[in-house]
Amino acid sequence: MSVAALVDPQSLPTPAGHFGRYGGVFVPETLMTALSDVGAAYAAARQDPAFRDELTHHLKEFAGRPTELYFAERLTRHCGGAKIYLKREDLLHTGAHKINNALGQALLARRMGKRRIIAETGAGQHGVATAAVCAKFGLECVVYMGAVDMERQALNVFRMRLMGAEVRGVEAGQKTLKDAVNEAMRDWVTNVRGTHYILGSALGAHPYPMMVRDFHRVIGAETRRQILEREGRLPDEMIACVGGGSNAIGFFFDFLSDTQVRLIGIEAGGHGIRRGEHAARFEGGRLGVLQGSKTYILQNPDGQIELTHSVSAGLDYAAIGPEHAYYREQGRIEYAYACDDEVLETFQLVSRFEGILPALESTHALVHGLKRARELKPDQIVVINLSGRGDKDVNQVARLLNVKL
Amino acid sequence: MDRLDSAFARARSENRAALVAYLCAGDPDFDTSLAACRTLVASGVDILEIGVPFSDPLADGLTNQLAAQRALEAGMTAEKVFELVRRLRADHPTLPIVFYTYYNLVFSNGSEAYVKAATAAGVDAMLTLDLPPEEAADLSAIAARHGLRTVFIVAPTTPDERLPRICSAATGFIYYVSREGVTGVRDAVASNIPEAVARIRRATNLPIVVGFGISRREHVRAVAAHADGVVVGSALVNCIRENLGRPDAIVQRLAAVASDLAAGLTRA
Repeated sequence: MSVAALVDPQSLPTPAGHFGRYGGVFVPETLMTALSDVGAAYAAARQDPAFRDELTHHLKEFAGRPTELYFAERLTRHCGGAKIYLKREDLLHTGAHKINNALGQALLARRMGKRRIIAETGAGQHGVATAAVCAKFGLECVVYMGAVDMERQALNVFRMRLMGAEVRGVEAGQKTLKDAVNEAMRDWVTNVRGTHYILGSALGAHPYPMMVRDFHRVIGAETRRQILEREGRLPDEMIACVGGGSNAIGFFFDFLSDTQVRLIGIEAGGHGIRRGEHAARFEGGRLGVLQGSKTYILQNPDGQIELTHSVSAGLDYAAIGPEHAYYREQGRIEYAYACDDEVLETFQLVSRFEGILPALESTHALVHGLKRARELKPDQIVVINLSGRGDKDVNQVARLLNVKL
Repeated sequence: MDRLDSAFARARSENRAALVAYLCAGDPDFDTSLAACRTLVASGVDILEIGVPFSDPLADGLTNQLAAQRALEAGMTAEKVFELVRRLRADHPTLPIVFYTYYNLVFSNGSEAYVKAATAAGVDAMLTLDLPPEEAADLSAIAARHGLRTVFIVAPTTPDERLPRICSAATGFIYYVSREGVTGVRDAVASNIPEAVARIRRATNLPIVVGFGISRREHVRAVAAHADGVVVGSALVNCIRENLGRPDAIVQRLAAVASDLAAGLTRA
């Protein structure tokens, strides 16, 4: 693998939203102006010290940043290899990294004078984060969620409603995240003038993949500072789960130029890599265009989008963020997958050994991280992004373990 | 003059707008869909817009989403859509056939192969809903090589600055989406259509058709006074949706609705 010719990560995407041959703006005409307005507002905001200060302030006071870089001592001993560190995004307000982006985009919406917010959600983490920031800033909030996900994540549905959001169930298609995105885009097309769409992952049309990435870069920036303080050097490997890929790209971004640090994204292997049984786009997918972006997509020979499956609603999605497709092609980020049964096992292991219930999404990264730690030497370091907490998953895990609550 | 130009020219010579009718290919099944398309042509439709069913039609309202779902569940594939076009083309050598589709269906196995297959089957033009001109250079070049016309959308939110770009990308006609939102039946047509059509005319000599939310004869009449073509979609798809399991009723209803709409085309 050669990464010598890596383009400066800061220079991407291009002004038209391309990461190499990935990304772009593939949306109906009605949204073109809205997207360029968001792009222009964001370009101005990111240059504005007042905007950055305000975001930093809310990230600290409301979200609880910085999050700790936690040395998982018992897991490290248990694996008997590399030191394992966990970046504790699970400690953030509302329970996951999603609040970083929700805060950033809500501030941007306020700057743009948009008083109505829409969002999609899979596991409910992004929906809860968006509901929280809308409550905080007094914005109207509508969250689209697949009917199947609403059932899997009933607790998060209630959380959102408690914070004043309207949760609209989506009955179309497979009734999961992808269908919620379709419905949110239909809403945006219809109400485009007064509404801002807070897209929850590093997906969709430009400027979303860039903007969402930027709002999550704080994860990697803190990790870098913290590991240098703790260990005096950069980690050997960093591992994060990848649904759309927002936590992963935010975690990896400030390390892209440090080519000695191995970066690994973990997709959802579901029941195994068979059609309709997983959500590992790099295992069974091919290049396509879905929901605004050109990237790797699980699709049938005609280009119809395939059904997906994962134990975690947040990774249960047929497309991967375009920047991930780009860095995989460049050989800079590697990808692997973890299957449902391994995830359930590791969920329990981490709970018992560290007293931390990880989100099922993040547990995918833990599965691979623990494998890697076993293979590495004690003087090596693995950092795993613990992107969310597992409280929302407790009912689901109990059901899968046949435990009656 | 090709089939598309001829259809617009004929309508113009008759002092009326062209009727552009949309149905989803294979809705609710191949045979009924073919019969439905033939009925429309026999009932005064000038241009047939064939929706290629897609699993994730994000620009479409519920009516067209369900139509695509019915077609896919009935086993519609890319090859069967082409077969439908071949059968129609055999019966109607002068009928302009326009594909209404999403980009992944074109791009997924190589746009060149797709465009070649489509034109060989008899498709005249293609509207790719989620492909703005900014991303369309590849497809436009391929379409030009194979004699496929391209259709692009102008929306109420499209600023004047974008019109030259859109109009220079289009080679078939301009499709003005008369309101923000997804496809579907509405009670009334948007009130600002005359201004919008005039705005587009200043940027292009291509025919301009107006669609989204047009479902009644009075809507057609209001739009036909200004546009070169009037697109009716969901109102026709509803004829199928409301008569599922009764192919004869579908055909009868479509004939009645299309004839009624066609009566609104003539300009005063």
